[in-house]
Amino acid sequence: MGDLVTISSNLLYASFFFYMIATFFFGGTIRDKKNSSRGKASTIGISLTIAGFITQLGYFFTRWAVSKHAPVSNLFEFTTFFGMMLVMAFIIIYFIYRLDVIGLFALPVALLIIAYASMFPREISPLVPSLKSHWLYIHVTTAAIGEAILAISFVAGLIFLIRQIDQTKKSKHTFWLEFVIYSIFSTLGFIIVTTTFGAMDYQAQFQAPVEGQIVAVEYHLPAIAGPNDGELQTAGAMQPLFDAPEWMRGESAARKFNTLIWSLVSGLVLYGAARLILRKRVAAVIQPKLKKFNPDLIDEVSYRAVSIGFPIFTLGALIFAMIWAQEAWNRFWGWDPKEVWALITWLFYAFFLHLRLSRGWHGTKSAWLAVGGFAIIMFNLIAVNLIIAGLHSYA
Amino acid sequence: MKKIKCECGHVNPEGTVLCEACGKPIEGNQHIDGNKKDSLLNMRYEGSARRSQTYNRNIIDKVWNFFSSVKVGVWLIIITLVASSLGTIFPQEMYIPPGSNPATFYEDQYGLAGKIYYQLGFHNLYSTVWFMLMIALIGVSLVICSIDRVVPLHRALKKQKPKRHHTFLKRQRVFGETNGQADVEAFKSKLRKQRYKVWDENGHILAEKGRFSRWGPYVNHIGLIIFLLGALLRFLPSMYIDDFVWVREGETAVVPSTGGQYYVKNEDFILENYDPDKDERFQEALMNQSAPVASNYQTNAVIYERTNNDVVGAEPELEEIQKKEIVVNKPAKFDGFALYQSSYQLDEFAAMSFTLHETDDESAVLGEFTVDLTNPEMEYELDSGARVVIDEYFPEYYMDENQPRSKSKFPKNPAFVFYVYPPDGGDPEVSFAGIGMNIDPTNENQYKLSLAGYDTRDVTGLAVKKDYTLPFMAVGGLIFMIGVVQGMYWNHRRIWLQPREYGVWIAGHTNKNWYGLKKDIEKSIDQTGIDMPEDQQQLKG
Amino acid sequence: MDKKKKKQRRLIFRIFILAVLVGLVVFAIIGNLSQDDAVVAEGEQAPNFELEQFGTDGERKSLDDFKGKGVMLNFWATYCKPCEEEMPYMQELYPKYKEKGVEIVGVNLDSTKLVVNRFIDKYDLTFTNLHDKNGQVMDQYGISPIPSTFFIDENGEIVDKVIGPLTLEKLEEHLKEIQPEA
Repeated sequence: MGDLVTISSNLLYASFFFYMIATFFFGGTIRDKKNSSRGKASTIGISLTIAGFITQLGYFFTRWAVSKHAPVSNLFEFTTFFGMMLVMAFIIIYFIYRLDVIGLFALPVALLIIAYASMFPREISPLVPSLKSHWLYIHVTTAAIGEAILAISFVAGLIFLIRQIDQTKKSKHTFWLEFVIYSIFSTLGFIIVTTTFGAMDYQAQFQAPVEGQIVAVEYHLPAIAGPNDGELQTAGAMQPLFDAPEWMRGESAARKFNTLIWSLVSGLVLYGAARLILRKRVAAVIQPKLKKFNPDLIDEVSYRAVSIGFPIFTLGALIFAMIWAQEAWNRFWGWDPKEVWALITWLFYAFFLHLRLSRGWHGTKSAWLAVGGFAIIMFNLIAVNLIIAGLHSYA
Repeated sequence: MKKIKCECGHVNPEGTVLCEACGKPIEGNQHIDGNKKDSLLNMRYEGSARRSQTYNRNIIDKVWNFFSSVKVGVWLIIITLVASSLGTIFPQEMYIPPGSNPATFYEDQYGLAGKIYYQLGFHNLYSTVWFMLMIALIGVSLVICSIDRVVPLHRALKKQKPKRHHTFLKRQRVFGETNGQADVEAFKSKLRKQRYKVWDENGHILAEKGRFSRWGPYVNHIGLIIFLLGALLRFLPSMYIDDFVWVREGETAVVPSTGGQYYVKNEDFILENYDPDKDERFQEALMNQSAPVASNYQTNAVIYERTNNDVVGAEPELEEIQKKEIVVNKPAKFDGFALYQSSYQLDEFAAMSFTLHETDDESAVLGEFTVDLTNPEMEYELDSGARVVIDEYFPEYYMDENQPRSKSKFPKNPAFVFYVYPPDGGDPEVSFAGIGMNIDPTNENQYKLSLAGYDTRDVTGLAVKKDYTLPFMAVGGLIFMIGVVQGMYWNHRRIWLQPREYGVWIAGHTNKNWYGLKKDIEKSIDQTGIDMPEDQQQLKG
Repeated sequence: MDKKKKKQRRLIFRIFILAVLVGLVVFAIIGNLSQDDAVVAEGEQAPNFELEQFGTDGERKSLDDFKGKGVMLNFWATYCKPCEEEMPYMQELYPKYKEKGVEIVGVNLDSTKLVVNRFIDKYDLTFTNLHDKNGQVMDQYGISPIPSTFFIDENGEIVDKVIGPLTLEKLEEHLKEIQPEA
């Protein structure tokens, strides 16, 4: 059985590399003069993507075989699955529109998501009683597929914005576009920092009061912000530069806050370095390479992704979720933070569709909404799980 | 009513933007959809006369028009969205630790922000009147928006004619002129092959497919309205019951809210944890957890129905109707009710045994007795002739202003005041005994009562539910899904062909997926001599 | 002519739809506000029940046994402090009002008889006390906080419902209300 676990995680690594190489080939297609080419680079790119996807399916099912429940039951498993579905959504969109540029942006997003996922505990975890329901798998997988397709809308929206926004002068648009890019850098920063200190096996123990009791708090990153009133126990570890604010309660609040600071700072360093080297806004550097793509088509892909993803999202994140909640907690709706944020996501995309259909919001406005929708999905996936604890804090 | 007669002869209702039959822009109404002379036509709702924009005479019309606006609907969505998010900043009242007082909890936990949160009523945001009102207004907006649009849209699509005004074609997004011969018959058959419905009116051709997708939004709105009505029904007590009952092992309790009709017996409550030694697959995860991880909560329950129809409180005659292992995700169901495994308490005291012995000599035993904590006797007679009388019993003992009291009727921390009558019939001695305590108030007692052992039992918490609104919710959800799929996964495509003096004009329109429409046109004009029309929006963009 | 008719039809249609919608909204808000509505409300007939009486050998009493008298129905428990505080008032007024045709009936929610018997002895309670061991009557009357007291007139109609403890004056006022007319 142990072997199967190893095979499973090796398959995940392999798929990661497939996606990475595929990204380079899609990058290669950008030099082709023609709009939607069926050149060699493109064919290799999509073939590698499919190969990666099949490999990742291999990871998924071998892990399922070992754990005897669908591997979507903790943060690592769910996020990995989300990344996999993002790739699937891209493959579907690719075969409808044959746009290589979507792959060039979608695959790195998927890579980031999978890498982000593996920063969480990766061992196979047992299911608490309320999770033992077939509706759980149905709900979680459908919701992930819906969100992944909606994420393609973000990818297309981002391409549209980079392509369209006037980079000759500073504006709100250029600022927020750079902000989106900075957020991506921060995620990358988080992954790099966590991996680096993880490889060094960095540890720092603190003694800090939590709820009136002194408990041990363990950091795996050097403490920029230490626990409030905490005392460093590990010799040789870095002294915190300051204490986390007093209102951050709970055993791990300060540690999460510290991780957030690390991510934002490392993101800033990466972004700053990029600006120093490029001497331009990052989006302004990418823009000329996207000029050959038809913005109307990109806009349509973005909208199409929403129109495909919205019904699936509704089904998975609301309807199936309600059926499961009715089974597990005898109420189909309980205003749990995760439920509320799923509703917010749904309302947001309903808002998107109404503006687009009835009020004619196309192009830039629509692209910004697609970016906003993805931000809400990510907020629900990351912040609601890590910060706002609720019934769903398992996944 | 002011009708508008178009030059094609069709009579349109007041407020029409584009003639229902031929699509010619109606002079003087173009401001409604913001059409400009040289730009593409705004095709939403086919340029039909939305009623809200035409009548605005009395208060009823004004209210109607207010809710008929999509802008208002969109604002309602935004407000609800933002309000919902506010409720997740801190936990809602139902998720704070049970027993804590919300008035102080939020301030203690979150400081000033928590206090403000509580004072604004955000701790119970989703059941505040204003939040309910927002959702209700969305419902109102759904109904009125839909009524106001679906009727004229239906009319316009029914009245449309293949022969269109030339400006209508020219100002479509996809439009092209072909000079020269065109094989119209081949064009038509190719369209039919792609499952288009084709009409021909003196060489003017209209090909249409997927019209039913236009009804998608209205179908999904109907689903939403049914869902909201289902939610409303919960306020009727006969439709929805939400109650809770604690049942101790071995006890039979009446199921609340059933009018004393049903009883449930807890034969056994089982809590199982994952065992890292036995379950290899979870070993690593379990080792990293300090607390054991539960794998099962289960109540072995028997459900009874009362067969005698006497008044409430009378000894019931019970008939077993179901034996069920209630586990999480698998409730027991009977007569519209469902019992869900929802909570538990382990190891409540059930019985306590005491030994009476001489204070100085534990081996000089005068006897032993067991107190059934749910039904203690007044007096226990021991073998030696000694008697123990219970003077006071505190099931959940605590000290209140130097007086012993009980917090509840449940034996969670039982304590007794005993009168011990010696075998020789002398004066009784007072002794106070409980869990982990044994007090001799005089310090002169000759005899002592020592705890010899105790029995415990578990308590299961079962949620009692009856919900006749679920079918409404399910139907509403289903209709919503059908509507949303109908509207999103199909699109309404139309292609017009018009014979001109030196060739043909072709134009196309779709409500979404222009890429698909263009592919359809590409296929249908293949080898017909018709030139591929251009996307006029793209040229400008 | 036609124009006027159409206008009128439209107005009626709109009024109808708006009225239905307003009705539903009002229903929702009222439903939301009165969620903890009583199962047994003032002005209704007090539902009958039957329970074992304390101080007897398993004798059972029902509410109907007190027909023709005013009944003060008090839900209490020994572990409930405010209940304990109002007990002496009830005992004080009981003999006086018993003569005037008012009965005080306590419905006790404890689980063990012993505890209750000791309590009754301690306060020398002479009015009827019944044992609702399984909480059936409590469920029937939809009681959640105790003490809760119902004042029922000689026709069996609930005149007043009081949640929380009563003072001596308040108690007497209520007892006067349900005193049958001679």
